[in-house]
Amino acid sequence: MATLFQQFTNALALGCLYGLVAVGYSMVYGILHLINFANSSVFMFSMYFAFYSVSVFYLPWYFGLIAMLALTILLGVCIERIAYQPLRSAPRISLTISAIGVAYLLENFATVVFTAVPKSFPDIPFLQEVIVLGNGEWRIQRLVIFVVISMVVLIAALLFFLEHTKMGVATRAVSKDFETSQLMGININAVIRVTFIIGSGLTAFGAFMWGLKYPQISPTVGAMPGTKCFIAAVVGGIGNIKGAVLGGIILGLVEVMLVYFFPGLSGYRDIFAFIILILILLFKPTGLFGAKVTDKA
Amino acid sequence: MLEIKNLSVNYGGIRALKGVSLCVEQKKIATLIGANGAGKSTTLRAITSLVKPSGGQIFFEGEDITNMPTREIVARGIVLVPEGRHVFPNLTVLENLMLGAYLRKDSSQISRDYDYVFELFPKLKERSWQMAGTLSGGEQQMLAVGRALMARPKLIMMDEPSLGLAPLVVRDIFHIISQINAQGVTVLLIEQNANAALKLADTGYVMELGRISMSGGGRDLLQNEQIRSAYLGKAKDVSK
Ligand SMILES: Nc1ncnc2c1ncn2[C@@H]1O[C@H](COP(=O)(O)OP(=O)(O)OP(=O)(O)O)[C@@H](O)[C@H]1O
Ligand SMILES: [Mg+2]
Repeated sequence: MATLFQQFTNALALGCLYGLVAVGYSMVYGILHLINFANSSVFMFSMYFAFYSVSVFYLPWYFGLIAMLALTILLGVCIERIAYQPLRSAPRISLTISAIGVAYLLENFATVVFTAVPKSFPDIPFLQEVIVLGNGEWRIQRLVIFVVISMVVLIAALLFFLEHTKMGVATRAVSKDFETSQLMGININAVIRVTFIIGSGLTAFGAFMWGLKYPQISPTVGAMPGTKCFIAAVVGGIGNIKGAVLGGIILGLVEVMLVYFFPGLSGYRDIFAFIILILILLFKPTGLFGAKVTDKA
Repeated sequence: MLEIKNLSVNYGGIRALKGVSLCVEQKKIATLIGANGAGKSTTLRAITSLVKPSGGQIFFEGEDITNMPTREIVARGIVLVPEGRHVFPNLTVLENLMLGAYLRKDSSQISRDYDYVFELFPKLKERSWQMAGTLSGGEQQMLAVGRALMARPKLIMMDEPSLGLAPLVVRDIFHIISQINAQGVTVLLIEQNANAALKLADTGYVMELGRISMSGGGRDLLQNEQIRSAYLGKAKDVSK
């Protein structure tokens, strides 16, 4: 029972992590119709940012997290400005190719600068400490609490932004119709930049928590979590925020709990996400929260 | 107020506008009529910088606005009600109106303008929480016009506002256009319904294959034999 509880909390934390990054994929897809392949590399860079901030420059972990957030956002915004903005009126496939190009560029750049020798993500004893509850049987890592609370707070803030602020309403408008948004006086480049700030920020958060769970950093470290988070976004219905969160949580739960109940499957844990993806694409291609069709025009 | 000089626009190899010049005077209604594909919508899209002209100039209140970013043109008081309505289907009626006033800061005046729009279109008030995508075509058109008015424009340009609407609604729309104009807003109107448009307009321009082929007072053009046979021949007058 106690281990079940512990596994469940682990699964939940992993799911929240997937959900956060998935929301970034989903928002970028919503506004540019782009699968942001470069985001795996941003995820990887983000982990290196944490390594340098904390392990090399000896910042306290919370300042390290802030530095990591700031640098990751800067990277995301630069990618958008350099590789996506010039292609605003180009066919969608060009944009996708550009994203793949950026992904390879960053990965190779990282190999040159950081070398392929793995580095280890900084230890943060405060977050990794296990809290013992009740009679000593119930144990929960502080990180789990931190992840779940961050997820709830960040997503609530994001939903508030989208529903109740002028910029948020403009974001939803731009995601539907560039031209008409411009006719309202909206600066679509500014709106898209905000979307990338949000997406990269969430990716940094995800990378931070990932690093604490799986502390090995290498130039290809972003591929697996990046792909899984993208799958989570598709499972939830890409373009939909609540869907992305739910998709992430489902993915986290399935991955951890299946291994818990069927320990023999532990070698295959990375496959579950892909099986779920295939099932979703077969039976509900628009995802669990697939876009409602309200468009009459 | 708006002056276009020798405007040309190319789409790839296609020359959509070949030197268009026209003038819209302050507080007046001007109309642009012409066959399908003549270049009417392209003219309005060029004025709002949605397409970049390959030649010519556009002046608004004496200022050269050619190639300015769209949002700066909107900020100067030009709004376009685009062809085919283009309300934001995933936003509520109220949010659509709110975006109409996106560049404005005077919040107390904005809330009065909501009331003004709801007075013009009581239907919109009833449906203010509904997603715009679920409105009927006519209601969407009202929303598109109301949204444009929320910008407090000096010049409102409408691209076929009566397209696909029932005759009764068309009459309402024309009535509202003259009402808006009476409030001091200059109007540039594109219409298939040439008869009704020319009746309403102070000035009319006829466009053919990317050129202005004729212009004059609205009533004068209405009497013109050539125009009667080309554009008014079978058009039923629904403005009465
Ligand atoms: N995006 C585009 N790409 C290529 N050609 C275009 C484009 N938009 C318009 N055209 C062409 O430019 C010409 C003028 O089109 P425009 O839409 O301005 O006509 P219009 O007068 O508004 O016609 P309608 O009354 O049918 O709306 C047409 O021949 C059209 O095919
Ligand atoms: Mg047209």
